[in-house]
Amino acid sequence: MSAPAQVPTEPGAARGRRAGVGARLVSLLGELLIIAGAVIGLYVVWQLFYTDVIAGKEQEQVLETLDWAYTEPVTAGSAAPEGPEVIPVGAQMPPESAPVMEEPEFTTTFATFYVPRWGTDYVKPISEGVTRTEVLDVLGIGHYPGTGMPGALGNFAISAHRTTYAKPFHRIAELEKGDALVVQTEEAWYVYRVTDHLIVYPDQVEVIAPKPGDLDAAPDGRYITLTSCHPMYSAAERYVVHGELEYWAPTGIGVPAEILEEIPQP
Amino acid sequence: MIFPFVWRVLPGPRWVKVILLLLLLAAVVAVLFQWVYPWFSVTFDIQDQNVETAP
Repeated sequence: MSAPAQVPTEPGAARGRRAGVGARLVSLLGELLIIAGAVIGLYVVWQLFYTDVIAGKEQEQVLETLDWAYTEPVTAGSAAPEGPEVIPVGAQMPPESAPVMEEPEFTTTFATFYVPRWGTDYVKPISEGVTRTEVLDVLGIGHYPGTGMPGALGNFAISAHRTTYAKPFHRIAELEKGDALVVQTEEAWYVYRVTDHLIVYPDQVEVIAPKPGDLDAAPDGRYITLTSCHPMYSAAERYVVHGELEYWAPTGIGVPAEILEEIPQP
Repeated sequence: MIFPFVWRVLPGPRWVKVILLLLLLAAVVAVLFQWVYPWFSVTFDIQDQNVETAP
């Protein structure tokens, strides 16, 4: 079975040994280029596929640890014959009375995010902080520290990858005016409606100001802001979506009808 | 050069060399995926999505 030991064939060996310094340098350069090509090719594989797999797994695990988060099937038909209990209209509370939680520790997952436009099975965790290594590359959606918490007077600003790392905001450009953006915390459901979107440069921080678009103004409403990269696979600009709180409801009495809404998927 | 050198350094008969080579490749890929690429991506700001004041 074991093959005979490698015996360098005479002609090849002779040519190899006798090759001049120049020829050997060229052959070394060729090998280095092959290795460089492989390393760069692997980078693409890693960025486009591997990060999705790893981050997706991590985010699912995080969701499982949140025992208060609603992760049942959100398709009305598949949960039960009649679907999950829906929050009655009478229990929908006005924005002014919304409870606001304390800002949690860095990297703490404190909320979940539902976007019917992205499919009724879309559920992603929201964690504190927007650094890449600790939050966005592993936990998914991050909350800009210092901006409002869900339901707060001001701007609840969150950020996530649009491509790679399980791409939580992959379809951000499909959001339309009036679409529901639903946030659940341990205590309450918050239903926001998309008001507008814009594309800005990365240094235009006024989009996450308490009153979006004006750094010096006092907050005048309960806003939500989503930021992600634009164009896809680039870091040149930012895609921004603003929304405003429509109503809130305590958890435990059902789920908002909005997250059961079936929107035809492309 | 590099490839012939690696082949010569690996011990054992040919099939052992092949297995060792595959293990070596797997180890290199693991190191790249786990540490080198994440470091590169974050350090050179590939795919950033936050708004922040220009440094």
